[in-house]
Amino acid sequence: MTQWIDVAPLDDVPARGARMLKTAHGCVAVFRTADDEVFALDNTCPHKQGPLAEGIVHGKSVTCPLHNWVFSLETGMAQGQDVGQVATYPARVDAGRILIDAAQLTGRAVAAE
Amino acid sequence: MSDHLIIIGAGMATGRAIEDLRSAGSDIKITLFNAEPRGNYNRIMLSPVLAGDKTYEEIVTHDDAWYAEHDVTCRFGEKVDAIDREAKTITAANGDVLSYDKLMFGTGSNPFMIPLPGHDLDGVIAYRDLEDTQKMMDLGPDNKCVVIGGGLLGLEAAAGMAARGVDVTVIHIMGHLMERQLDEAAGYLLRKALVDKGITVKCSANSKEILGENGKVRALLLDDGTELPCDLLVMAVGIRPNVKLAQDAGLAVGKGIHVDDQMVTSDPDILAVGECVEHNGAIFGLVAPLYDQAKVAAKTLLGEDATFVQKELSTKLKVTGCDLFSAGDFAEGEGREDIVFRDPARGVYRRLVIENNVIVGAVMYGDTADSNWFFGLIKDKTDIADMRETVIFGPAFQGGAAVDPLSAVAALPRDAEICGCNGICKGEIEDAIAAGSTDLVGIKATTKASASCGTCTGLVEQVLAVTLGDDFVIPAAATVCGCTDMTHEDVRRMIKSQKLTSMNAVWQECGWKTVDGCPTCRPALNFYLLADWPLEYKDDPQSRFINERKHANIQKDGTFSVVPRMWGGITTPDELRAIADAADKYMVPTVKVTGGQRIDLLGVKGEDLPGIWKDLNDAGMVSGYAYSKGLRTVKTCVGTDHCRFGTQDSTGLGIKLEKTLHGAWTPHKLKLGVSGCPRNCAEATCKDIGVICVDSGYQISIGGAAGMDVKETELLVQVPTEDEAILVIKAVSQLYREQAKYLDRIYKWMAKVGLDWIKEQIVDDLDNRAALVDRFELSQTIYRHDPWAEHVKKAETYQPLANLSLEAAE
Repeated sequence: MTQWIDVAPLDDVPARGARMLKTAHGCVAVFRTADDEVFALDNTCPHKQGPLAEGIVHGKSVTCPLHNWVFSLETGMAQGQDVGQVATYPARVDAGRILIDAAQLTGRAVAAE
Repeated sequence: MSDHLIIIGAGMATGRAIEDLRSAGSDIKITLFNAEPRGNYNRIMLSPVLAGDKTYEEIVTHDDAWYAEHDVTCRFGEKVDAIDREAKTITAANGDVLSYDKLMFGTGSNPFMIPLPGHDLDGVIAYRDLEDTQKMMDLGPDNKCVVIGGGLLGLEAAAGMAARGVDVTVIHIMGHLMERQLDEAAGYLLRKALVDKGITVKCSANSKEILGENGKVRALLLDDGTELPCDLLVMAVGIRPNVKLAQDAGLAVGKGIHVDDQMVTSDPDILAVGECVEHNGAIFGLVAPLYDQAKVAAKTLLGEDATFVQKELSTKLKVTGCDLFSAGDFAEGEGREDIVFRDPARGVYRRLVIENNVIVGAVMYGDTADSNWFFGLIKDKTDIADMRETVIFGPAFQGGAAVDPLSAVAALPRDAEICGCNGICKGEIEDAIAAGSTDLVGIKATTKASASCGTCTGLVEQVLAVTLGDDFVIPAAATVCGCTDMTHEDVRRMIKSQKLTSMNAVWQECGWKTVDGCPTCRPALNFYLLADWPLEYKDDPQSRFINERKHANIQKDGTFSVVPRMWGGITTPDELRAIADAADKYMVPTVKVTGGQRIDLLGVKGEDLPGIWKDLNDAGMVSGYAYSKGLRTVKTCVGTDHCRFGTQDSTGLGIKLEKTLHGAWTPHKLKLGVSGCPRNCAEATCKDIGVICVDSGYQISIGGAAGMDVKETELLVQVPTEDEAILVIKAVSQLYREQAKYLDRIYKWMAKVGLDWIKEQIVDDLDNRAALVDRFELSQTIYRHDPWAEHVKKAETYQPLANLSLEAAE
């Protein structure tokens, strides 16, 4: 069951950029690619907890600002030699607005408890 | 049967429907209303008419004779005012009431006019019909025209007028042209082609007001204050389905008139086709689906089964010399991959978007000969797994052996030109190789091939490889990153020699292998572009590391450090109080004195940055750029003011230097020191640029470091006056900025070019020194400012996008 919630206008996130979203269970980074796709991932790098929303967005990847780990925005998997993964959440753009699946955000809370 | 069909609107869709009805043998009585005083013409050919490639007569599809022959009663120049669906009648503008058995809407669309102040002035038009086209055709070489809208229609209008010699400027609100059909890279190439045609293109431009004089348009005013004079202003920003009449008649209407798969509206006796309809949420502007609709509508009227299905669409631009093609969905969706091919020399760009081994979108520029083949792959959802490696090269390369690029070079005749800049042929390079130049450096030195703009470097290497066979190994020069085969030096040379002023220009002309670079190349390119084209290039925050993007140093826990500038290390009790107050207010956990003589507030939360900056700004302090690949600090001693050994005002010079250099971006950080005497208390001889004051003047030395490497500076020059010292330092900074590789400190750059070369440029050649200073100052007019004050204005971007803690907790 998906429960799309409207988070913000697409234009609030710069192309090839990201903004952070506060949730009751931690921060989620919302990324926007050059092609105006949006992705939502946990904001925390599994390596040393770097804030991914502050990284450089390139293609469909983001590079952590602290130690340059690269993550796929689609799968959350670390790329290259590094091993790790961050959780991803369904996100999409509709009529210029960013929508995130709230069911997944709360679902994670249940799993985490 | 002599049913009566009334058609409202004589456009391309209804025209086709009439043709289909008559050719199927229907003898239904047809009455055709049209508000325009003429019948159907090929509206999409207006652009060739405007450009002078065709005449109006050539694009008329149905003339009076045709209508007569096909037994259509024409009521052109007449509008339909009302429809009575109960009585099944329509009321014409002259009051006639006609009854119908079937009614068909083909009311088309209206151009959307942005309601800017002044949009109703004389000389403000849309690009929609023959009247608009005629107004544009009336312009000539003495006229100026502004086109608002960088989409298909706007660009065709612009190109058509430019072909007539009109001075045309296109204003587009988005960052690149035709953003719905093209990605940025293709948009760049298109823009370049249009600029070559003499059209001025302004992207990311917002119109504010249309200025008039005596009721006639005079100029367009942008929100940045630019005024663009014009005799005609064309708005080509989009269309809206014309639904007024249908709405008044009580039909179901959304964005357009709702129709089902049979083109029937919410009233079973009323159909609609063309740009006025909405089918499954979509509206239509291209001709192919309109013809499909007409066909289905005709069959429905004939009582036959037919279903309208939306298909993949492709777009081509009808501008001579701009070959572009786009199809499918290349923008949104998850799980997609790109294949990119760029051929800078030919100006070719191709990008395929692939999902589950099926091509879902394609953008092509420059060479669109294979576009139908790619469009076929998209429409047929062909599995490309087996040809994935070669698919981007097109149909000619499928099924054959892999193509060896060397064989093409081997086949070139001896008189084939390899290096265009220096006019060097393949034969000359072969001769140089035979004479003993067996590597690229040797070829450059002996023939000058690839020594100018550098675009032919790859070709020269291939000639070497073909000639020498196994003896030649193409050197693995350190490339910028995996996105390109070019070195930093190659890229810098290209940016200068080819006048590349945008990231997309570099990606295209240097054949980048990724869509939009990586964290290694993007910051380097951003620096090179702003260093070489300070006026033309706009700094891209998204290509900067977080520290430079947010003007603060990120710490290991994701907090930031804040360092206000202390000019020359001088502060005041008021500044110290303001710093202390800010530290208290924002609960700064650590306050540290830095090695560069200032105070570091460590552990500030990202959201608090604009607040603390505002407080420090209010106390007169600005950003210390303690995070930048740019000027950091000028460390000073107290000099003659207090010191009994001081020979000059070292503090004063330090302050002057910091004030003139601050904000300047450089390849790596730039630290300066000024010591008032050779005792060197400011440790000036291990800075990037150091000044030692002596009785007779100022010794300027460069290339020091005290980091991973420890280096002592080497003397560049001694000058007698403070003013000259400042000029020399500006010139060195500019030379370093223009020449060095990104992330090379001065000492590394100096090791490559040699101190003697730098002396030649700055000490021996005074004209060159002055030119360097001028370019430095030009750049500083853009970059010498306080970023904090600007960022305080957009403080909301430092806050979370949204706070969902409450909703999520429920």
